[in-house]
Amino acid sequence: MTALIEAQDVAVTFLLRREGDMPWTRPRELRAVNGVDFTLAAGETLGIVGESGSGKSTLARALIQMVPATGRVIWQGKTDLLSLTANDMLAYRADIQVVFQDPLASLNPRMTVGQIIAEPLRTHHPGLGRAEVKARVQLMMDRVGLLPNQINRYPHEFSGGQCQRIGIARALIVEPKLLICDEPVSALDVSIQAQVINLLARLQRELGLAMIFIAHDLSVVKHIADRVMVMYLGRVMEDQPKRRLFAAPQHPYTQALLSAVPIPDPVAERAKVMIPLEGDLPSPMAPPSGCVFRTRCFKVQPKCAVDVPQLIGGVACHFPGPLLQKVG
Amino acid sequence: MLKVRDLGVSFATNDGTVNAVNGVSFDLARGETLGIVGESGSGKSQLAFAILGLLARNGTARGSAQFDGTELIGAPLAVLNKMRSNHIAMVFQDPMTSLNPYMRVSDQMAEGLIHHKGMTKQQALAECVRMLDAVKIPDAKGRIRLYPHEFSGGMRQRVMIAMSLLCKPDLLIADEPTTALDVTVQAQILQLLRDLQRDFGMATILITHDLGVIAGFCREVIVMYGGKVMEQAPVEPFFASPSHPYSRGLLHALPRVDQEGGELSSIPGSPPNMTRAPKGCPFEPRCGYAQDDCKQRLAPLTEYRTGRKRACNRSVEELA
Repeated sequence: MTALIEAQDVAVTFLLRREGDMPWTRPRELRAVNGVDFTLAAGETLGIVGESGSGKSTLARALIQMVPATGRVIWQGKTDLLSLTANDMLAYRADIQVVFQDPLASLNPRMTVGQIIAEPLRTHHPGLGRAEVKARVQLMMDRVGLLPNQINRYPHEFSGGQCQRIGIARALIVEPKLLICDEPVSALDVSIQAQVINLLARLQRELGLAMIFIAHDLSVVKHIADRVMVMYLGRVMEDQPKRRLFAAPQHPYTQALLSAVPIPDPVAERAKVMIPLEGDLPSPMAPPSGCVFRTRCFKVQPKCAVDVPQLIGGVACHFPGPLLQKVG
Repeated sequence: MLKVRDLGVSFATNDGTVNAVNGVSFDLARGETLGIVGESGSGKSQLAFAILGLLARNGTARGSAQFDGTELIGAPLAVLNKMRSNHIAMVFQDPMTSLNPYMRVSDQMAEGLIHHKGMTKQQALAECVRMLDAVKIPDAKGRIRLYPHEFSGGMRQRVMIAMSLLCKPDLLIADEPTTALDVTVQAQILQLLRDLQRDFGMATILITHDLGVIAGFCREVIVMYGGKVMEQAPVEPFFASPSHPYSRGLLHALPRVDQEGGELSSIPGSPPNMTRAPKGCPFEPRCGYAQDDCKQRLAPLTEYRTGRKRACNRSVEELA
């Protein structure tokens, strides 16, 4: 099976000018994403996790030219999305849709639910008649669990969970092949979060969607992803099938991240091995040399400061290996 | 030490009176940890604000909250200020909006000490540096002159905690102290709170929406929904056998890293709109065990087994 989307050496660099810089001063570079490779098959779900500032959202945005990026993003084995002009990119936008984190902020407050969900359809299929558009919108509203009589309401009349359903309906109405979900449940209450996760999982099964699911929460990813990619400071630390990653994480950062997730069971919580990470994420303006994680790693050796570890067997670490005790 | 009886909070709004908190009672002994868990709008934060007299202007508190015999509800500002300075401290959810962006960390930390304890600026600053060291801020002496925006989220929360501990409180109320932080930083902050609690022997009330945090940190838990206490129990038996339909639903809806993935059991519907609070049980519309009487009334919180209380019209046996 050919990959639906394949990222090769994707990097995103932001140029920052400081206040008071002269026009000819060279701007400082911030590498938000650095040398990321991955492939995603049709119908597969890739979970991307990492702390804030790890570049996970930026990577997803880079794939669809929402931020300028270098490298190659091959769509269906043929087209390099990053080489397309904005006009040519339009043809592919219907195939790749995004659901954003803040459900209310990503909906236009002056449009009704019906208008919001119909908008991508009008953009990508301008030939459709009014009745046809309305029928499709109603079908999609039913699919995501919105009531038919809510079609003329405005976003502010809905709760966060329902707004997220509207966002999902808007993304799916053009029948995309890939759905990018950027922290879709982080802003929701626990009981609502479960509803939205189940909805996404069900729709994905029914529609055969491929999905990139970004989260800072490993436990959420565990419920929805087939494969999990762990990012740190713009680089991929580990990329494994879900089962393998959770059963036997190989990278010290993955191990630390897993051990930090609180378990809602006092007995298990007390029994687990904690790997504390000291300090904060280093500044992305001046990332550590060699392995970016070395400043907080418990396995650090002199070699780590010199060589950048390559992603081999799904792990980018000079000294990969399971923990002696089980985490989580 | 802290004795809360039948505490209620209501707000006068344009849409009528909103009863945000109803009939909450608990005792907290020295050095104990109590977790209050609930979703947004459950009234968990307003409960804490009421105890400290920090309610918004349109809010009124009823009932009683006594700290070592001193009544806090309706107490004059002088009494409250004395409490806030010497006995009870609070850590808020968002460290960026709770620190003054125009003031250096040194100035806002020292303010309380100079004001409440009558220290000189030098003494106060020395004490602040000591406290920043205690919360493990590297190079505290050098960084105390910085502004809040020059710290990361985790460091800012450490500053907040250090600031709240300056007057050596007997009770720390932490309102979602780790919600805005990454999990690894959350683990650091919780460990820090655990250490500080051990070293200073203070009691803690931790308000959170995360049952995982409660499991790791607290001795006792109160589950709130729609402004009412649904269940109140020591942590171990609570997680082993939650006795209220809502607590059960909440626990089952949580994705867990230590369990297989797959379909999560979700709670249908959404939390109640508190401006039109239901007359009976607030959880009735979403509850799988609801019967007709649940619309009309909710059984009061009763102790059904030693140390364990629940408010539900159905008995524990009926839920089995």
